[in-house]
Amino acid sequence: MGKAMFTEKEKEEIDKIIEKYQDDPGPLISILQELQSIFGYLPKEALFYISEKLKIPESRIWETVTFYTQFYLEPRGKNTIRVCLGTACHVRGSSRVLERLQKKLGIKPGETTLDYTFSLETVRCLGTCFLAPVIMINSDYFGNMTPDKAERAVARYKEE
Amino acid sequence: MAKFSTFKDLDGYRQALLEKKDPKKKRIRICMTGCRAHGAKEIKESLEKEIKVAKIDTEIVPTGCQGFCARAPVLTIDPDNIFYQGMEVEDVKDIVQKTLIEGKLVERLLYKDSKDKTIAHIDEIPFYRDQTKIVLHNCGKINPTSIDDYIASGGYNALEKVFKEKISPEKIIDEIKKSNLRGRGGAGFPTGLKWQFTKNTPNKPKYLICNGDEGDPGAFMDRAVLEGDPHSVIEGMLIGAYAIGTEEGYIYVRAEYPIAVEHVKIAIDQARDHGLLGKNILNTGFSFDIKIKQGAGAFVCGEETALMASIEGKRGTPRPRPPFPAQRGLWNKPTCINNVETFANVSHIILRGAEEFAKIGTEKSGGTKIFALAGKVRNTGLIEVPIGTSLRKIIFDIGGGVVPGKEFKAVQIGGPSGGCIPERHLNLPIDYESLKGAGAIMGSGGMIVMDDGTCMVDIARFFMDFAQNESCGKCTPCRIGTKRMLEILEGITKGNGKIEDLQKLEELAKVVKDSSLCGLGQTVPNPVLSTLRYFKNEYEEHIMEKHCSAAACDALMIAPCQSACPAGINVPKYVVHIAAGEYLEAVETIREKNPFPAICGRICDHPCEKKCRRGELDESVAIRELKRFAADWYFEHETEPPQPFPKTRGQKVAVIGSKNSGKTVAIEYMTSDLSKRGFRIGSIKHVHHPNFTIDTEGRDTWKHAHAGAKVVVCVAKQEISIIKKVDTSQYDIDRIVDQIKEENLDVIFWEGFHSFIAKRKDVLKIITAKNSNDLSQRMEGTSQPIIAITGPIAQTDFEGIGEKTPVINLEKEGEQLIQIIEGYLKKSSAQ
Repeated sequence: MGKAMFTEKEKEEIDKIIEKYQDDPGPLISILQELQSIFGYLPKEALFYISEKLKIPESRIWETVTFYTQFYLEPRGKNTIRVCLGTACHVRGSSRVLERLQKKLGIKPGETTLDYTFSLETVRCLGTCFLAPVIMINSDYFGNMTPDKAERAVARYKEE
Repeated sequence: MAKFSTFKDLDGYRQALLEKKDPKKKRIRICMTGCRAHGAKEIKESLEKEIKVAKIDTEIVPTGCQGFCARAPVLTIDPDNIFYQGMEVEDVKDIVQKTLIEGKLVERLLYKDSKDKTIAHIDEIPFYRDQTKIVLHNCGKINPTSIDDYIASGGYNALEKVFKEKISPEKIIDEIKKSNLRGRGGAGFPTGLKWQFTKNTPNKPKYLICNGDEGDPGAFMDRAVLEGDPHSVIEGMLIGAYAIGTEEGYIYVRAEYPIAVEHVKIAIDQARDHGLLGKNILNTGFSFDIKIKQGAGAFVCGEETALMASIEGKRGTPRPRPPFPAQRGLWNKPTCINNVETFANVSHIILRGAEEFAKIGTEKSGGTKIFALAGKVRNTGLIEVPIGTSLRKIIFDIGGGVVPGKEFKAVQIGGPSGGCIPERHLNLPIDYESLKGAGAIMGSGGMIVMDDGTCMVDIARFFMDFAQNESCGKCTPCRIGTKRMLEILEGITKGNGKIEDLQKLEELAKVVKDSSLCGLGQTVPNPVLSTLRYFKNEYEEHIMEKHCSAAACDALMIAPCQSACPAGINVPKYVVHIAAGEYLEAVETIREKNPFPAICGRICDHPCEKKCRRGELDESVAIRELKRFAADWYFEHETEPPQPFPKTRGQKVAVIGSKNSGKTVAIEYMTSDLSKRGFRIGSIKHVHHPNFTIDTEGRDTWKHAHAGAKVVVCVAKQEISIIKKVDTSQYDIDRIVDQIKEENLDVIFWEGFHSFIAKRKDVLKIITAKNSNDLSQRMEGTSQPIIAITGPIAQTDFEGIGEKTPVINLEKEGEQLIQIIEGYLKKSSAQ
């Protein structure tokens, strides 16, 4: 694990989130989402902590976390690249874009580069099919991608 | 911010807004959602700056999707409705100077039709002209983050009508029923009935959920509505909540849609601040509030019971129905779930009246449907048409058809639950029933157009990969069945398919369909079934010929151009030779497969260029022209005439291996392949036992012959049998005899061949017959010399014809027949 324990400040933040959803009868997913926005992933310790606080068995938290693709149990890179593999992107050649990025970054989908600059992901449709093939880096969309264009787009984030 | 306490306040507010609005004022509406990826944000900033510098009175309205995404970024200038498209930041100066100040058009930014004619006004562009916008009527026109814009455009009028005219909840449900509105999420359940069921369940509290978990790849209708006109969904939910009798609602949005989440959050806050959501709305005694829930990335959560589990904070696994959500839904309470687009229709039904609304669309299904048009179509974007419009109209009139030079192949409707519809069904009206009959479903409205560069087997594999990934794993048939189907499909696309795989696929598809719990498992075999139904030939091509004519399956080819070339020329190699100036080597490469580079460089239909991947970017490599150039160079620079093509000699190739090691398979494969390229193949098979038969189905020799061998020889220790393939329609009896002439045979017996020899005087004839009737038929038209009659007839007391022709019973008098023949043999050798 990257970060083993969380600091007092982080603990306070977690408590704040739990308090925010006090009245919500089904708060788990929303809490996990906010938790992930603090850490960038879901550290195991944090999960144990909310299990205790919310009185939800660890097994229930675990089954939920592993069910949804949005949740990560490993630290993520500074930038997340999402390659859309939806139908429109597929028929317009997204697999070649993915192939190039994998080669360039030296990682497979779901993995993070050693320097934690990039995490590579695939996604089933970003709902921007008119841009196909499309990739998303953090919250920016890049449309009509070719392997070369995708490589250039990624390079811009490396410099920052 | 004004909080309204009565509808009168709302009315007054709207009037004030309308009075303030100058209809003559120039307004630039610019898409700030999908177009952002094409630099719309930078253009907007630049416009703001230039307008400030020019000191002109122009308002910039950031809007939701204007539909014509293929031309992004787009903007429309009111009040003249001028439509500019495909702009860059550099164009902003001209827009401000020429259009806003001088009142002229910037020609280069206008839409051009297929004949290169420019069209300035948005309503005259075919893409917009042929649509009917009801749900999307605000989308792209108003600022979605401004409740004022929504109110000024007549928003919350329907809610007002409900309370002002004291329309009872029962009456509302009645109206929705009469309007024939059906669920836009895909299955098409009548919305009014769903509301009624929820209302009629006595348990309390009740919940209302808006399903915005638009997970189908290729669909972005709900995203556009939530981003472009979120208040229309809230108003629909308010009316629904009042009709059903609930105070709590949820909007469930995919986390993959950050702008939609943001706009919905803003809209809910605004509605709350204005007193349109919350306790005792506008003093009517009716209370309703909405919470937003974000999905966490699971396709199955679009299924209503899975979605509710997800809202409850659990794994999104579906559960059996009944009980239906209307009876026991969220937290086991009566719950009504409708799709985003369904809710967005509600206020229009209330305002127009159910009858007017039902007039649009078909008899069984009222209103319009939004479709997301994408894939290999020219005008990708968001469109809205009356239900019942034909596919042809949508794809070719509104969508502009496929890119020039490509051919339409199919349209995929309904995402992973839908199917691929081929060209011959393009006149199909789009409604729930017709699509189901054609093997697809309405689904949420994603429409992906495919051309001749799309491989249908690959598409089936793609969807099965999706389904297998997204199966929640609860039901075995869905969890394991989809995995097995995916393995079969992957095998086929990699060239390892067997013909029996097709039947296996169909069987598996049926099992998964019949035995899965939820809509996901019950529908995900559809893409496989529909491609098998309409494009079986493509599956067979992959299996039998190991060829993908769409050049999409990488494992089956070196390059798309080479795969498309009927002669199989190594195109990439000779193009690289030409690029390197090695023209002679280029010609030699072409001539490996094609003796006529100069001719084909001029007249070939160049299927290679149609498949060239470069064409997806700009233009295909001019392969044919390059071939012509290389060939012409050859004639100009090489004085020696090219070597004639070598005559192929009988090359002997042995396949050696132990028993069952696949020798026959190898020979079958090579024979099939080479014979298709025009080579004449023979085969020799060794057997260890005598008494072999050469042409029994399933025998190795039979397999060789069926793979295309012209001659098959079967060799045993002391015998040899030969089968030659010839076109017998070209043969008379003498040519048949010629085939074995060199054996120096003394007698050649023919069995049958009546029509060949009946009239021949030089052929001795023996007639076999079952009875006299049979004999007389056989005798008719058979000329002499007939030397004997035999067969079952000889066992009767048949006397013969006249005196000359003996009737011989072979069992008793066989020697007589032999003597007759021997007599003839001696006579002929004496001559």
